[in-house]
Amino acid sequence: MAATHAHGDNYINHEKGLWSWLTTVDHKRIGLMYMITVMFFFLVGGIMALLLRLELFAPNAAANVGGVLKNGDVYNQVLTYHGAIMVFMVIVPGIPAILGNFFLPLHIGAKDVAFPKINLASWYCFMAGAALAILTFFFKKIDTGWTFYTPYSIKTGTATVMMVLGAFIMGMSSVLTGLNFIVTVHKLRAPGMTMHRMPLFVWALYSTAILQLLATPVLGITLLLLAAEKLFGVGIFDPALGGDPVLFQHFFWFYSHPAVYIMIIPAMGVVSELITTFSRKVIFGYTAIAYSSLGIAAVSFFVWGHHMFVSGQSETAGILFSFITMLVGVPTAIKMFNWVATMYKGSISFDSPMLFALGFLFLFAIGGVTGIMLATLPIDVHFHDTYFVVAHFHYVMVGGTLMALMGGFYYWFPKMFGKMFNENVARLSFVFIFIGFNVTFFPQFILGAMGMPRRYFDYIPAYEQLNKISTVGSWLILTGFLLGLWAIVQGLRKGEKAPMNPWNSKTLEWQTPSPPPHDNFNVEPIVTAGPYEYR
Amino acid sequence: MMWFNIAKAQSFMPSQGTEIAKQVDNLYGFLLITSFIACVLVIGGMLYFAWKYKRKSPNDKTAYISHNTFLEFLWSFIPLVIFLGVFAWGWFIYHDMRTMPKNALEINVLGKQWAWEIEYKNGYKTVNEVVVPINEDVKLLLSSSDVIHSFYVPSFRIKQDAVPGRYTALWFRAEKLGEFHIFCTEYCGTSHSGMIGKLKVVSREDFDKYLEQGQEERNLPLAKKGEKLFAVKACASCHSVDSPAVKVGPSLFKLFGKEEVMDDGAKILADENYLRESILEPNKHVVKNFPKGVMPTFQGQLNENELNALIEYIKEMK
Ligand code: HEM
Ligand SMILES: [Cu+2]
Repeated sequence: MAATHAHGDNYINHEKGLWSWLTTVDHKRIGLMYMITVMFFFLVGGIMALLLRLELFAPNAAANVGGVLKNGDVYNQVLTYHGAIMVFMVIVPGIPAILGNFFLPLHIGAKDVAFPKINLASWYCFMAGAALAILTFFFKKIDTGWTFYTPYSIKTGTATVMMVLGAFIMGMSSVLTGLNFIVTVHKLRAPGMTMHRMPLFVWALYSTAILQLLATPVLGITLLLLAAEKLFGVGIFDPALGGDPVLFQHFFWFYSHPAVYIMIIPAMGVVSELITTFSRKVIFGYTAIAYSSLGIAAVSFFVWGHHMFVSGQSETAGILFSFITMLVGVPTAIKMFNWVATMYKGSISFDSPMLFALGFLFLFAIGGVTGIMLATLPIDVHFHDTYFVVAHFHYVMVGGTLMALMGGFYYWFPKMFGKMFNENVARLSFVFIFIGFNVTFFPQFILGAMGMPRRYFDYIPAYEQLNKISTVGSWLILTGFLLGLWAIVQGLRKGEKAPMNPWNSKTLEWQTPSPPPHDNFNVEPIVTAGPYEYR
Repeated sequence: MMWFNIAKAQSFMPSQGTEIAKQVDNLYGFLLITSFIACVLVIGGMLYFAWKYKRKSPNDKTAYISHNTFLEFLWSFIPLVIFLGVFAWGWFIYHDMRTMPKNALEINVLGKQWAWEIEYKNGYKTVNEVVVPINEDVKLLLSSSDVIHSFYVPSFRIKQDAVPGRYTALWFRAEKLGEFHIFCTEYCGTSHSGMIGKLKVVSREDFDKYLEQGQEERNLPLAKKGEKLFAVKACASCHSVDSPAVKVGPSLFKLFGKEEVMDDGAKILADENYLRESILEPNKHVVKNFPKGVMPTFQGQLNENELNALIEYIKEMK
């Protein structure tokens, strides 16, 4: 397909002006709008993380930087916003809304998603919810932690209701995106693109979309109940009114556990793409990877109680939840082995996207085995709500999802903008992020084993050394991200013109010009084989 | 086995104050080793392949291997077996953790923003300091007067949330003299990280002396306090306490630990939570053959401490 369009008309220059962007229904432009906003939130959440780490550099008794956040209240607020922003505004929307929006239609050879206007509406939903949530910061800060556990969230005098409404509205956006993707996958595949010829990224988005559609409404209802409780004192969660505070945890995790998979399954999809492309080899166990995503999605609804082993739920419940959680470990392990096996007898190049994919495998392996530890009942009794958990979820969410997001971003950057980025700076950025990440979060496993609880503004002197190391690591991560930003900005400003298929990939999005034309393909693609036929 | 001991020694777990802690560490040591092997396999495999199959020329030919059923079966089945083994092992220990020993020394612990309030059977109260005798089963009955807290002693590997509106419990048998940290691990607001207590393990003699001193300091035993309250709140006008004779309401004589039949046929064990519920929400479950709606609720009229006292009083009617 050598179709280069006359005058290089593409989705970026197709229409001009801010207004044309704000009213666009082109999935590619919407993907970019998500990208800009999510990057902004990431910056805000990141600055807060640095402040938290700075506070924890030394115990408050020490007369040095410890104390930047003045007191426990300010720390708890910053912690809440860091967690809530990173979860609800960065990691949950991240891959599906940015890369999914941009590439799902291209991947399956469609002109757009099934409901372009709903797609735009979901961006506005997201922005409205995020704005509501962030506005609370300027007027009545919230300090509940991103989990909003009752009865603390009812008793504390801060802006719980407004925050919760913000999260509710962002949830709507997530539901709309999920719905859109499901219909798109079912209805808009190009001729010849059977389900089993879809790229694995599409399978991952599809599984995620099902989760978004089924799980998010439960969170929505829970948050509305919480708001009702706070506003009208209806007595569902507040023990003083005859409610049950643990019920809130059940409701909350019934969404938020599947949400963990909403965060990680798309990342697994991206990694599948990266590993095949940069090994130039057909993926090992396509069907196993595709269906294990669906399997994980299904089982993830039945494991929420593993967040509550010490909450006072019955022993039997604890045992059942531990058992089912072990079962989810298996498909995850299968995927890991499949990725490694894909590299066997491949032709592996170390372009920066691949580095991020390998980084993902490395960090996710550690996140995975520590997850099994946490699923083991008596061990979790010791580790629950300690820094071990903080380390574990950062290994999964940052080491896993964020690594994949960045790898995917570099991978598709040439397609999105028609330009190449500075490869050496990107690699350097990876090195800093990878090393910094381990320096920051590995010591936290040890801190957790030693017993340091999480959400701590101050700590006993025994924990000081490791906290210092961890804080220094956060500066390395910062350096890495600044370098990455520079690689991107320089790439946009004066990057070389990107060819149609710089990585020699086989999937459809590379069979159209970079950047793609407004309608995605100049010639409607016809699919005759699977997505990774490297022979 | 040497490996195993090394893994345990390198695990950074705090000192082992109980037998359970040792068992937990054994399992954790095992997990550390298996996890390490798994990581070596995955990460090592990845690094080895990355080095071995590094791209040599721009148009390398690669093998076309789409799957291998035998391998795939193996690497699904082996993790499954390991996970289930670990699960079973964990279940075993967890069961011990959750089975409260009979005749344990009971101590009430009340979490509140931001301190632990401890009350012994004889009415002696302290803040942020639990003293227990060595080599005896101790059961802590946890509750909270405001938000959820969580009682955590790293050296004992025990943790349990203290939830407002109900009792939860944990037990341990300390095997080492000394002082251990108590942390609150459920985020509870401003001074969450300052909610730190001490658990002191002492000899039986020292423990008796400690309690006596406390006793002298002041205060009636918890059950005695309950007896007074029972009279003050006029509970006695409806419930008999010295015989099984029934007044307006069921007799409370020797009630604790018995199974009560409700009007809907359900059977409920009269434990602390049942007593608590019967005092605060008397009409949620009504004992068979008694009219609904007669007993008023005492919600809001009793504080946690008074509830503890009343329940203790009922428990002691043996
Ligand atoms: C430079 C990178 C980061 C650093 C240094 C960092 C640091 C921290 C710290 C110190 C805490 C408080 C832990 C506690 O006391 O419990 C925390 C909590 C948290 N972080 Fe991060 N973080 C980083 C990136 C991220 C990212 C990218 C995400 C999400 C994808 C994330 C999600 C969370 C969440 C959900 C919490 C829990 C908040 C809570 O306990 O309520 N973090 N982080
Ligand atoms: Cu607390």
